[in-house]
Amino acid sequence: MGYTEAAARPGNFRERLVYLDHAATTSLRPEVLAVMTEELGHLGNPSSLHNAGRRARRVVEESREVIAEVYGARPSEVVFTSGGTEADNLAVKGLYWARQAQDPRRRRVLATAVEHHAVLDSVHWLADHEGAEPVWLPVDEQGRLWPDTLRAAIASDPAAVALISVMWANNEVGTIQPIAELAALAREHAIPFHTDAVQAAGQLPVDFAACGADALTVTAHKIGGPVGAGALLLGRGTQPVPVLHGGGQEADIRSGTLDAPAIRAFATAAQLVGKERDDQAARLAALRDELIARVRAAVPDVILNGAPPGPGRLPGNAHFSFPGCEGDALLMLLDAKGIACSTGSACTAGVAQPSHVLIAMGADEGRARGSLRFSFGSTSTLADVEAVGAEIGDVVERARRAGRAMAGGGRGAASRGTPEAGRVRQRARAGSAGHVRQRARSREAGGLDIRRGR
Amino acid sequence: MRVLAAMSGGVDSAVAAARAVDAGHEVTGVHLALSANPRSHRSGARGCCTLEDARDARRAADVIGIPFYVWDMAQRFEADVVADFVAEYSHGRTPNPCLRCNEKIKFAAVLDRAVALGFDVVCTGHHARVADGVLRRSPDLAKDQSYVLGVLTRRQLERAMFPLGDSTKEQVRAEAAARGLAVAGKPDSHDVCFIPDGDTRAFLAGRLGRAPGDIVDSAGARIGHHDGVHGFTVGQRKGLGLEAPAPDGRPRYVLAIDPVSATVTVGSGAALEVLEITARRPVWSGCEPPDSPRACLVQLRAHGEAHPATVSPDGDGLLLISLDRPVRGVASGQAAVMYEGDAVLGSATITGTAP
Repeated sequence: MGYTEAAARPGNFRERLVYLDHAATTSLRPEVLAVMTEELGHLGNPSSLHNAGRRARRVVEESREVIAEVYGARPSEVVFTSGGTEADNLAVKGLYWARQAQDPRRRRVLATAVEHHAVLDSVHWLADHEGAEPVWLPVDEQGRLWPDTLRAAIASDPAAVALISVMWANNEVGTIQPIAELAALAREHAIPFHTDAVQAAGQLPVDFAACGADALTVTAHKIGGPVGAGALLLGRGTQPVPVLHGGGQEADIRSGTLDAPAIRAFATAAQLVGKERDDQAARLAALRDELIARVRAAVPDVILNGAPPGPGRLPGNAHFSFPGCEGDALLMLLDAKGIACSTGSACTAGVAQPSHVLIAMGADEGRARGSLRFSFGSTSTLADVEAVGAEIGDVVERARRAGRAMAGGGRGAASRGTPEAGRVRQRARAGSAGHVRQRARSREAGGLDIRRGR
Repeated sequence: MRVLAAMSGGVDSAVAAARAVDAGHEVTGVHLALSANPRSHRSGARGCCTLEDARDARRAADVIGIPFYVWDMAQRFEADVVADFVAEYSHGRTPNPCLRCNEKIKFAAVLDRAVALGFDVVCTGHHARVADGVLRRSPDLAKDQSYVLGVLTRRQLERAMFPLGDSTKEQVRAEAAARGLAVAGKPDSHDVCFIPDGDTRAFLAGRLGRAPGDIVDSAGARIGHHDGVHGFTVGQRKGLGLEAPAPDGRPRYVLAIDPVSATVTVGSGAALEVLEITARRPVWSGCEPPDSPRACLVQLRAHGEAHPATVSPDGDGLLLISLDRPVRGVASGQAAVMYEGDAVLGSATITGTAP
């Protein structure tokens, strides 16, 4: 084999889980678990008129007030949903239908090319089924939408714009958009402006009133609450057509029995965010910066994707591309060492597609495929950072070997020659003679060069 | 050992992975995503690369208690297996994509990646054994898969683990049920995994379009026409689309396919009989490459019988196979796998036949 170091073996799990995937879902705060457990023991549908119903309703309304206060909204502006995806669907589809009903010329839907799939695919669906004309707003190499880009996109036909949707902070690379500035541009033309603030809501001061958006998505499980509760904040006068029809809850905008335990838990998590956000953000940023320093030290050619650390980036986000590696190989090797992170991209049958976010930022497919996201949360510690720092060098080296094995057209060391000969061949490939040989080999294999890793 | 278990979502690979764990190895399960569009859903018992199979494989890994990942091999599979399959048919040959997948994907691309990532072997649910480095048939001859593994080199076999080698399919199913694996009763996969509806001719027509030509009898007289030579295999009897019956009233078979003139020749079953076969790219995993004629058994298609023959290498890397008795329906593009008893000596790809 040649690779005998025990620590680098797959399946050699650490005692403690190093969880650096808080952007996927973050730890439930103990206080949240306590109130949710307590609330689950109570009987009552918030829509019922009797005492038990009134009690449940009171829990929901108190929670609504807490969430409204933390996020700068009025209680009447909070529409509870099952989570971020539903809130995004309600905003994008519901506002499109409402604006269409007022004026059928309004077909243009403006959204950035780096939106979460809940927005992205909702817009695609409107295009495929409702005649919408998507306008994908380009971003710069850091993933930022420039206000001038939005201004120009609106100006080309303002009367035909149905709505604008721009995420507050990107879930993959953590880039923060200038939401207030962008919302102000929409307001000039009285176009509804939606922002998906799911990633921002736990780490940044998100103020609905101050930012000027008409609709804003938040979800509980990214801020320390449970999965299954979220909200769409809707400004007064913003009336989407419902997606879910039924009992007429939430002012007829979102039918379905209100989940009092989850909503109470959501509010408790929001309350903690309100109290601790600034301290937490500073702490996460410090951990994140330490991680970037350690990864750079171990892997000098690593690329940090997104905005530089600072006000333009989520404090808890670090997103790298490791040249020559496949992200899924990196993830597997780190997982085997008990380190959880993400390739940060959408999955179909568990197959990683190259990230649309990185592609929109101008990365080539190799860079997009060789990327990993580390995201921090309330339970993250310096020990997590140290664990990554200790392992990442070996892991990247091994993933590079695998990348070269894949690039070799299935004629790598294991299947075609001795391991030693294989390594010599791989080194030779770095030189010009190696390239010639590899091209010759590719021709032999049917003219297909499959070096996806680069 | 550190074992990478390729898990298709079927019962065999699930039990193979479980046995590797029982044997004390450190096992990681991997499902190979081979389809560029995995959204297709199973209809019947076909296919090995659908979403449902990925889910079944994941559940089996959960039950066994091993880490599980999906590896995207779609590009490699398309280039090395599907494109090759289409090209072979367009040249009038009959490829075996399972064999090609073992040669180029499972025990090449996947194996190379696995070794680079720190694994020692790739484990699959194939019904075959490796003993002292030599590939041997499964005792369950109905399920034996040594033919589609015959193309592997000795070096590839060193890195292969086939834990089902001594078991029958019945035993494997019973063991899966006893282990609580939900795939215990899952139907076997058949046909070609990337042609989920089983209609190979339609699949090839979709890739190759129409390339019409004549169907002629063995005297060269035109007796019909076809939409492309890719719809035919030497030895084929059904689906010839001929209206007039043969003068002697006996069934007609495809005797030869000439892709250049797009001509398909048909004739009597007796005319299908061959005694001499040429084959290229011989691989000898079970013995030293012979330098003189050697008597052995030769299997000429999957699930076919093994025929006594003498194989002789010629100087140009070709292998000449002289059968002791005539065999019908030998198609170019198929593998000739040489056996001694139940041990695989080697294999080569059939390029031509003679009576």
